[in-house]
Amino acid sequence: MEKERRDFMGIGLGVFTAVGGVGALYAMKRSWDPLPSVKAAGFTEIDLAGAKDNVLTVEKWRGKPIFVLKKSADMKADDRDIVIGKDRFHVTIGLCTHLGCIPAYKKDDKKFMCACHGGEFDVSGNDIKAPAPSPLVIPPFKINGTKLVLGEEGPEYQKMKDAGLTA
Amino acid sequence: MAHFDENAKPFGNKWLDERLGVNTLMKVLNTEYWIPKNINFLWAMGMVLAATFGILVISGIFLMMYYKPDTNLAFDSVNYTIMTEVGYGWLWRHIHGVGASLVFLIIYIHMFTGIYYSSYKQGRELIWLSGMGLFVAFSAEAFSGYMLPWGQMSYWAGMVITELFAGGSLEATGLVEWIRGDYVPGDAYLTRFFMLHVLLIPLVIIGLIVLHFGTLRLPHVNNQDGENFDYDEAAKLYKEGKVKESKVIPFSPVFLSKDVFVMGVYFILFFYLVFYHFNFAMDPVNFDPANGLSTPAHIYPEWYFLWSYEILRPFSKDFGLIAFGIAQAALFFLPFIDRSPNVAPAHKRGLFQIWFWALIVIMIALTALGKLPPTDPLYATLGFIFAVAFLFMGPLLFVITKFEKPLKKGA
Repeated sequence: MEKERRDFMGIGLGVFTAVGGVGALYAMKRSWDPLPSVKAAGFTEIDLAGAKDNVLTVEKWRGKPIFVLKKSADMKADDRDIVIGKDRFHVTIGLCTHLGCIPAYKKDDKKFMCACHGGEFDVSGNDIKAPAPSPLVIPPFKINGTKLVLGEEGPEYQKMKDAGLTA
Repeated sequence: MAHFDENAKPFGNKWLDERLGVNTLMKVLNTEYWIPKNINFLWAMGMVLAATFGILVISGIFLMMYYKPDTNLAFDSVNYTIMTEVGYGWLWRHIHGVGASLVFLIIYIHMFTGIYYSSYKQGRELIWLSGMGLFVAFSAEAFSGYMLPWGQMSYWAGMVITELFAGGSLEATGLVEWIRGDYVPGDAYLTRFFMLHVLLIPLVIIGLIVLHFGTLRLPHVNNQDGENFDYDEAAKLYKEGKVKESKVIPFSPVFLSKDVFVMGVYFILFFYLVFYHFNFAMDPVNFDPANGLSTPAHIYPEWYFLWSYEILRPFSKDFGLIAFGIAQAALFFLPFIDRSPNVAPAHKRGLFQIWFWALIVIMIALTALGKLPPTDPLYATLGFIFAVAFLFMGPLLFVITKFEKPLKKGA
């Protein structure tokens, strides 16, 4: 009888502290989450009207660089291009998909080269040399005239995403 | 209640012994903690590490008084306030930087001493495992500390290393953003790594040091010949005054005095570097403030991480990550991969000696290649060859030690 009572007390205490422990772990996990203010600042509008052929401009969205490149007529069209009127744009997150360095745009070679580990991307952001494992990522966007809202998913982005072209 | 002598002088030896057991403590930890005589200066590295850790703590305390873990203030609080305004602030920073580098040099010497003399098996497995735990904890401590000056190398090393947690094709960006507390390293990131650097990881390190010392106690320190002798008998001889015949010496004051001599030599080097050659520990790129929109031309870690960085680099993303993971974990399993019954120095273990020096050559080669830019195809190829060679060293050790002949006792 005595042993059973002690076992019961032990199990009771164990369950009680385990519940408390799980609760504490959840609170700790939540404390490490990005703050609401950080998440709310995740929308940026950029204007593509002033872009020039084969000139890379770098915008900023969620602290990350955004590559904006207006394609010149001799560049091959790609399903990953954002088309506005007659113009085709390359818009990607400017971080190498290997480990997140910023590739440099070589205007004459018309490709992006990453200095960290040697990965390369073509003018449409497709990976052409290892260790780059996948194309440059296209951020969520919504077309608004000649402007893009980054962080919002418009129908054109949805289409690309469904076709598996965004990453 | 125990017996207390009413006439004992307050705070005298007897008074303290009755209340705190100081004499027992002294015996257990110092005068009757037996260390073999048959050792060399490499056996002093443990206490050299303990002393270096102490110096890192002290210099860190002074740096913390003026450092500001805020992305707008951190860079100037280090490079302006501490370096130019605080009296002797430069001294603490250079001690901390040089100490962080040298602590890894000594850790590597300490580790390879253990491997050379087979000091990781036959009762000493936990010494090795707790030591590897310390290596990992010191690595985390070094990385988190490297974030704090918030220069370009801090930012981009933080970016690249936290990106590893995405697990390649697993694309666990949620986990990466959770670790960072932001989409990219930012204010939340800097402050939490400050917490890790000054509190949580040092607590883990101190706990592991205690465990590491504890694991030494029963199997005892190894010696130059891997000889397994009767410690009780040797201790008895020593206590009887037959100091010459005994195979052991007490930790304190005898062994410690030898340690202190080695520390003396070491600290001459240490402070020579602090005063005249601190620049090797101060990467010039990190004197540019962090900028998320501009990657430095060439990102590389501090010298002590180069070998594992070079294992990551030559492969495709996923395989590189797997190879990197194996490289980090492989050394933990050393006591279980080595199937030989021999506890002996490498020069008595045949093929194992060749394996040992091959490992040293591979790790030095990986370290040198890790510093070179990845764009040169020759270096890239060499890096690939040495990274593959490193991965084969584990299975190779298993095979050669499986067939290693047992040594005769006393050979």
